[in-house]
Amino acid sequence: MTRLQVLKTYKLFIGGQFPRTESGRYYALHGKDGIAIANVCLSSRKDARNAVVAARKAFGSWSERSAFNRGQIVYRIAEMLEGRRSQFIEELQLMGLTAANAAKEVDASVDRIVYYAGWCDKYQQILSAVNPVASSHFNFSVAEATGVVGIIAPEESPLLGLVSLLIPAIAGGNTVVVIASEKYPLSAVTLAEVIHSSDVPGGVVNILTGTADELVPPLASHLDVNAMTSSGLSADIARAMQVQAADNVKRVVRYSAMDWSKPSTQGLSMIEDLQEIKTTWHPIENIGGATSSY
Amino acid sequence: MAKKTTNKSNEKGWEYAPSLESTGHIELKESYDLFIDGKWVKPSSGKYFETINPANEKVLAKVAHANEEDVDRAVKAARKAYDTVWSKMAPSERAKYIFRIARLMQERARELAVIETLDAGKSIRESRDIDVPLACNHFFYYAGWADKLDYAFPTRKVESLGVAGQIIPWNFPLLMAAWKIAPALAAGNTVVLKPAETTPLTALKLAEIIELSGLPAGVVNIVTGFGDTGAAIVAHPDVDKVAFTGSTAVGKHIQRAIAGTDKKVTLELGGKSANIIFEDAPIDQAVEGIVNGIFFNQGHVCCAGSRLFVQESVAELVVRKLKQRMDSLYVGDPLDKNTDIGAINSKEQLEVINKYIKIGIEEGAEMYQPSCEIPSKGYFCKPTLFSNVAQSNLIAQEEIFGPVLTIQTFRTVDEVIQKANNSPFGLAAGVWTDKGSRIFNLTTKLRAGVVWANTYNKFDPASPFGGYKESGFGREGGLHGLRAYVKLK
Repeated sequence: MTRLQVLKTYKLFIGGQFPRTESGRYYALHGKDGIAIANVCLSSRKDARNAVVAARKAFGSWSERSAFNRGQIVYRIAEMLEGRRSQFIEELQLMGLTAANAAKEVDASVDRIVYYAGWCDKYQQILSAVNPVASSHFNFSVAEATGVVGIIAPEESPLLGLVSLLIPAIAGGNTVVVIASEKYPLSAVTLAEVIHSSDVPGGVVNILTGTADELVPPLASHLDVNAMTSSGLSADIARAMQVQAADNVKRVVRYSAMDWSKPSTQGLSMIEDLQEIKTTWHPIENIGGATSSY
Repeated sequence: MAKKTTNKSNEKGWEYAPSLESTGHIELKESYDLFIDGKWVKPSSGKYFETINPANEKVLAKVAHANEEDVDRAVKAARKAYDTVWSKMAPSERAKYIFRIARLMQERARELAVIETLDAGKSIRESRDIDVPLACNHFFYYAGWADKLDYAFPTRKVESLGVAGQIIPWNFPLLMAAWKIAPALAAGNTVVLKPAETTPLTALKLAEIIELSGLPAGVVNIVTGFGDTGAAIVAHPDVDKVAFTGSTAVGKHIQRAIAGTDKKVTLELGGKSANIIFEDAPIDQAVEGIVNGIFFNQGHVCCAGSRLFVQESVAELVVRKLKQRMDSLYVGDPLDKNTDIGAINSKEQLEVINKYIKIGIEEGAEMYQPSCEIPSKGYFCKPTLFSNVAQSNLIAQEEIFGPVLTIQTFRTVDEVIQKANNSPFGLAAGVWTDKGSRIFNLTTKLRAGVVWANTYNKFDPASPFGGYKESGFGREGGLHGLRAYVKLK
């Protein structure tokens, strides 16, 4: 007798758990030959809000972790992804990529995660400054995470595009709510499993599947989301997103649609775009006549 | 003649004789036109409005009201200057123009200070010692960056943005103009700047200085007017960058207005900053810090330390000393060098402040004001302290932008971090304690762009300034301030 294959249920990733959408809705995903390959959760506004709550809860401890520790964890994501290389390649093929392109996509994603793992304890030194103020104060500026970030993953480049927006955000200490590509959602859900097994605390990364039309507004207008990033978003959705983002002065970062396999699409600026600069002043005691001359 | 406070401490001790700054050496025209393309031009509508001295309600000058057509002329001039001159000029030459402007401002510093005090109502001590020197130094600081941008952003190709439309508030008129213009020019952009309608005069004096400096025509254009003038700048399709300092409400409006465009924007908006006093703080210094935090510039400061948090064990002592110190503050003629608190900037703002004071009383908070006299003419407000305030009270949540302080108490470090961060704003914070490790614990956890430890309301051209959350985004000042005016490739 031939063995019946056990199929995977693709669910959401919220607060370190894998719930189904509270709405109970789904959309069917078809492969290139028209065969149904999976039912994918059609997340609702409520799911988006739950994800924001989880992300906010995780923000304090994630952003305050030592930079070294964040680097270790991000590197661990790369290790786990590498270990599941063949699964991702198969899944990407299932969604229509060629074997060669699928392999390239996964390898580039692993390399990109390693790249940002190395940045975790370095960007601070590049983005910070000690400022020579004219008064008797010690004054310095440091980079800190912006907060909860809504990420609209690029529709194309199912894994690498998502990784390219997600990893610099969490490497910089932010927590995120991701809206996965509607067309290619499977690798986003499987990436959630990788993240789940990589010592990333629950709530740091939350992943929703569904439509941008439905999920962008609740994130863009949410008063507990601090920033939105996206790539290649349609002009209509982008404009509406910017209008809603103004409700709490969100930072809106829009990258144009681009070929994420190019090395030039990774860099410090991807981290910097989701950082705040904090400047601290403290007086320097100024009594007596002693100088530092010897 | 300055109205002095008749307060308890002074009744026993010395009274200061009024020491008025002379206004004889300043030159003000009866009316001011728009500064566009290096020339003074009449507004196309023919309309002018009056700017008054808020300390005595006397008219200082008439000022042109720019409309859409005028803004279009200014943007076109700025574009032409950008394309033909400024973006092509050697950066080292650009630097020399900015240095020259800084020097000319320094030479006329006292005149600028007196005009600032007349137009804005702020005390001469502050405009002379803080506003004007900082404004000059800001130009001097950024001038030197013009030919060193590659060092500011290593490994990246630095380009200017183009035409910057800049809208500034009335609380630090000249200083805000400097914060906007200096980094924009250093990075190679040209500028259309709109000063606030109640305080246009020092920006117009700056235009005269810029004219004198020989800066190529159109590199800096100053258009005066109201909100409609500012809206025209924001909406103009040929503006590449919008920089705004002002209220959070208008900031949100601007963010919506530029949605769907490729305009870059930086917003420096409101605040409700926490000033936190621990029991081990040097109390007398902390009380000075509280006073400077909230009463500096009549409380018209976006980063004002308007929410005071005092550890319970020293709350009584701090409040007693604070009231004593408030009793000794001089409220009155801004031109008097003894004056601590000058005039409220406008009638409208005085009404806003009085509205909040009324709300505070209605909410059940306990109000304290010193028994000083305030001048009968002009717009004045006594320094005001509210105790018995809850976190949920409006006066503890909304920006009042006046000399009104709320005080709350706390017991533990965790409690005060939560209370301080429990605000949609995140511009600044103050921490007073003798314990170094506690300072760094607090300064790390407070979600604010500027944290003053054992000091408050200090500013410097080299020091980045700007907020988290609804206090805006982007930084002004220092190396980080350049980022707002460049494109990196």
